[in-house]
Amino acid sequence: MSNHEYLRQLPSHQRGPGNLDLAFRLHIDMPLLAGLLAIMGFGLFVLYSAGGESMDLVLRQLTRFLVGFIVLFVLAQLPPRTFRFWSPVLYGIGLLMLILVLVIGTEAKGAQRWLSLPGIGRFQPSEMMKIAVPALVAWFFRDRALPPSMGDTFVALMIILVPAMLIGRQPDLGTALLISMSGLVILFMAGLSWRVIGASVAGAAIAAPLMYFYVLHDYQRRRVDTFLNPEADPLGAGWNIIQSKTAIGSGGIQGKGWLNGTQSQLDFLPESHTDFIFAVLSEELGLLGILLLFALYLFVIGRCLWISYHAQDLFSRLFGAGLALTFFIYILVNVGMVSGLLPVVGVPLPLISYGGTSIVTLLAGFGILMSVHTHRRLMG
Amino acid sequence: MAGAFSPAIPTIDDLTAMRLRDRQRESQIIQMRLVWTLVFVVIVLAALVSRIVWLQWAQHDRFRALADQNRVQTQPIAPPRGLILDRHGRILADNQPDFSLVVIPEQLRDMEAALSGLRELIDIDEDQLERFRAQLSQRRRPWEPVPLRSRLTAEEIALVAEARHEWPGVRIEAEAIRHYPYGELFSHVIGYVNRINAQDISAMDEATLANYSGTNFYGRAGIERQYESILHGTVGYRKAETNARGRVQQVLDETPPIAGEDISLFLDLDVQRAGWNALGGRRGAAIAIDPRDGGVLAFISRPGFDPNLFVTGISLSDYGAYREDPDRPLFNRALQGQYPPGSTIKSMMGLAALEAGVTDWQRTIQDPGFFRLPGTERVFRDWKRGGHGKVDLHKAIVESCDTYFYDASLKMGIDHMSDFLSYFNLGRRTGIDLQGELAGILPSREWKQSARRSSWFHGDTVNTSIGQGYMLTTPLQLAQAMAISARRGKQHPPQVAMAATATTEDKDLILKDPNNWQLMEAALTDVIHGAHGTARAAGRGAKYKIAGKTGTAQVFSLASDVEYKDLDVSERLRDHALFVAFAPADNPAIAVAVLVENGESGGRAAAPVARAIMDAWLLDGKGNLRDLSKPRLSSTGGGESP
Repeated sequence: MSNHEYLRQLPSHQRGPGNLDLAFRLHIDMPLLAGLLAIMGFGLFVLYSAGGESMDLVLRQLTRFLVGFIVLFVLAQLPPRTFRFWSPVLYGIGLLMLILVLVIGTEAKGAQRWLSLPGIGRFQPSEMMKIAVPALVAWFFRDRALPPSMGDTFVALMIILVPAMLIGRQPDLGTALLISMSGLVILFMAGLSWRVIGASVAGAAIAAPLMYFYVLHDYQRRRVDTFLNPEADPLGAGWNIIQSKTAIGSGGIQGKGWLNGTQSQLDFLPESHTDFIFAVLSEELGLLGILLLFALYLFVIGRCLWISYHAQDLFSRLFGAGLALTFFIYILVNVGMVSGLLPVVGVPLPLISYGGTSIVTLLAGFGILMSVHTHRRLMG
Repeated sequence: MAGAFSPAIPTIDDLTAMRLRDRQRESQIIQMRLVWTLVFVVIVLAALVSRIVWLQWAQHDRFRALADQNRVQTQPIAPPRGLILDRHGRILADNQPDFSLVVIPEQLRDMEAALSGLRELIDIDEDQLERFRAQLSQRRRPWEPVPLRSRLTAEEIALVAEARHEWPGVRIEAEAIRHYPYGELFSHVIGYVNRINAQDISAMDEATLANYSGTNFYGRAGIERQYESILHGTVGYRKAETNARGRVQQVLDETPPIAGEDISLFLDLDVQRAGWNALGGRRGAAIAIDPRDGGVLAFISRPGFDPNLFVTGISLSDYGAYREDPDRPLFNRALQGQYPPGSTIKSMMGLAALEAGVTDWQRTIQDPGFFRLPGTERVFRDWKRGGHGKVDLHKAIVESCDTYFYDASLKMGIDHMSDFLSYFNLGRRTGIDLQGELAGILPSREWKQSARRSSWFHGDTVNTSIGQGYMLTTPLQLAQAMAISARRGKQHPPQVAMAATATTEDKDLILKDPNNWQLMEAALTDVIHGAHGTARAAGRGAKYKIAGKTGTAQVFSLASDVEYKDLDVSERLRDHALFVAFAPADNPAIAVAVLVENGESGGRAAAPVARAIMDAWLLDGKGNLRDLSKPRLSSTGGGESP
C-alpha cells in the first residue's frame, strides 16, 4: 500500500494538509490518540468525584498520564523492527526479575510482587511482562508457518506459562491469568484451530474445581467463595461486591448525577477510585455514562484492530492485535468483577482507575501500535 | 509447477510463489481472526451492557432500597431519665455527662498494641478488658464504637487526647449517666441503675424493646427499679444520612424523645440525714412514716453502699469488698432484715389481751421475776431479776414487764394473738413501693404446722407474747405497725413515691372499746416521759410527747436459766436494740422504728436515733414544734442541690 492509498482511506477531516503530515511525521495516529484522550478525560472527570473531589488526586493521575504519553511518544518513534529485535531481550530481563522477586522481593499485603531497585525505587516486574510475553510470542511466530504446528504451539505455551507460573507463585493469580491471556490471544490470532481452542476451554472447565481445591491459596479460595455467594458474609469479604452491585443498581438508567452517588460519596463503596471506579461511574452517570465509555473503548479497540489488520509484517500484526485484545480483556475482567459477574481480582479499569504502572504499560502498548501504523510505508 | 513427468523439484520462482501464497493465506488467517475478535468484543460488550441493564433497570428498585438502607440510618435517641427528688424538690438522683473511652475496631490496625498502650496511659483493669473483649466478639455493626472505660477524669481525658493520634479509632465519647449526689445515704431506698443487659432485653415485649432501643441503663434496685417505666420516658428517633463509618452527614428527620417523668418522694433529706447521722457507725435500720398519708419520711439502712459505683459497672475489687465486708453493706436491713420484734409489740399484745377480755387496766398480777408454765416445771424469766412486783397493764408496758404478758398470753391463746396482731401488718408485706420486701413471720398454729411440721405448744404462745420465739419482723413492718397504732387501727400502706397509688384491702382495726387506744397511748407515753420508763433518757427535753416502746431481740437463744453477762459476749452476739414510736402522742405526725444491730438496749441505743428523726421532722428551725397542719419547710429550701 502506498502512502497515497493510505491517505485515501483516512476519514476526510484528517486528510487535510499539514495536519496529517505533522501527525504522521511525529508517528502519531490521530484517531487512536483522540480516542485515548477522550477516555482519559472522561476518566479524570469520574476520578474527581470518586476521589472525594480531590483535585490533588486528579493532578497526580494527570502526571501519570503525561509520563505515559512521553513513553507512548518515544516508542512510537521507533520502527517496529526495534521491538521485534528487543522482544527476546525484554522477555529475558523480565523473566530474570521475576525470579529475583521471588528471592529478594519486597513483601506487601502478603505477596512478594515488588522489586526494590537502587535509584529507581520499587518496581513490579510482572507489569513489564504484560508487554514482554505477547511480544515474545509474536516474535516467535514472526517467520513460522501459520496456523501454528503442534510443536510451535507447545513452545508458545512455554513462553507464556513460565512467567505466568512465576507470577502465580508470588502469589498474584490475577496478574498471572491476565498475562497468560495476553499471550494466548496471540496464539488465537496466529490461527490456533478452533478445535484446540474448544478442547482447551473444556479442559479449563474441568481443571477449575481441581485448582480450587489443590492449587489456590486460602485467600484466593475465599475470594471465589465470596464471588459465588457474597451474601454469606455481607460485612466481611462479601462487602465489596454487594456494595458495588448496590452502587450500580441504585444508579439506575439515568444515574444519580455527578458527585451525587451516595454509595460512592458516603464511603460505602470500597476502592472507589481504583479498582471499583466503574461502580462510581455507573451510580452517578447511569447507563448513559456506561454506554459512552463503552463506545469510546470500542472505538479504541476497533482502531487497534484496524491498525493490526493493515500491519505489514507478521510480528506487528500479531502483537498489535494481541495488545488490542489484552486491553479489552482488562475491561471485561474489571467490569465483570465490579458488576458481580467475575470474582474479585485486582484489575484496574484501563485508563480510568487511579493507579501507577498500569497506565504507563497501557500507553506504552499504544505507542507500539502507533509505531506499527506510522512506519508502514517505510517498509517494503 | 512442472509437468507430471518432470522431477518434482520446485524452482526458485515456485518457492517464492509458494511463500507468497502462504503469506497471503497467513494474512487471511489473521484477518479472519481479527474479524472474529471484533465480533467477540462486540458480543462481550453487549453482554456487559445487558448485565448493567439488569442491575440498573430490572433490579433498580431493590438496589435503590439497599442504597437507602445504607445511607439512611434511623438512630434511636435515648430519653433523658426522670430525676428523683425528695419532698422538697431536692435532687436525689440526676443525670450527668460522663466521658468514656471507646474503640472503633475497624479503624485500629493493631488492637493489642493499642490496648496495652492505653493501659500504660490510664487505669483499665482486667474486668473492664474482659467486658470489652466480650462485646468485641459479639456481632455488631461495623464502625460501631465499643466502650472500653467510662468515668474518665479530666486528667485521663487529657492524657488520651494527647496520645490519640497514635491510635486512630480510639475516641472519647460523652453520654449522660446517672448520678447520686448523696451516695450511700439513700442507697437502699433509691437503689441504682446500671448497664442494661441481655437478660433485661430478653424479658421485654416488643413495644418495650423498641422504647429501649437507645437506652443504656436500666433500674436495678429500689425506686429506680420500681418506677423504671415512669423514669425512663419515650425513645425518640433521628433519621440521618450516615456514611459507611456511621458518621452522620445530615439529619433528615427527627422525633425528639420524651423525657422520663421526675419522681417526687415523700422522703425528706433532713429527716433521712438526721437518722443516718444518729445511727453513726452502727449497723442498723430506721424507718419513719407519716401516719397521716403513709408517706415514708426516712428509709435508712446502714451501712449503705455507693450507688455511683454500680452505674457504669462496678469493678470486681469494689464489688468483692462489699461482698466480703462483715457488715454486709449490700444487705437492705430495713426491707429484708427479719428480726425478732421483742418487747416492741407489747402495746399490740396489750390491746389484744384487752380485746379478748382476759385483762383490763385495773387487773394486777404479782411478778416474782419469772413465770412457771402451769402444769410444768418450765420457767420463763422476766428481763428484770427479782421481778416488777405488783404489775398492772400500764406498768407492764412502761417497765416492759415480761411476766404480765406471759400470763395474759396463755389466757387469750395463740389464735387470738395471731389474728389480732395481723391487723398491725405483721407476718405479711406492707405493700411499700419497693421490690424485694420480706414478710417476716407472725406465728400461728397453721404456720407452725406447715413450716415446722409440728403442733403448737403453750411455751410457743408464751414466747410469742414478748416477740421472741418464731416471730420475725422487718424494721419496715414495725414502723408500719406503729403508723397503724398512731392512726388507731386505720390501714394505709406505706409509700415512698408521692405518685404511688397503693391501696389496701386490709380491714381497719376497730376496738370494742375505743378508749383503749387512748389508754395505751398514755402507757406508751410514760415509756418515754414517765419516771420509770425504759426510754426515759430519750425523752429528755422533748418539745412534744412521744409514745414509744423499747425492745431487745436475742441474737442467740440462751437456755432460760443461764445468766448472761453482756460483757463476755462478743459484740456480734449481743442483743439487737429496738425502738418503735410515734409522735406527737396526741396528734401523731410521725411513726418510727429503729433497729440497732447488737445495740443491746432499745432505750439507750435505738431510742435516741428515733428522737433525732422525730426532732428533724417535727421541729422548726428554732427548735419549736412546728404547725403540723402545714407541710414541713425544708431546712435548706426547695430545689437545693448538694
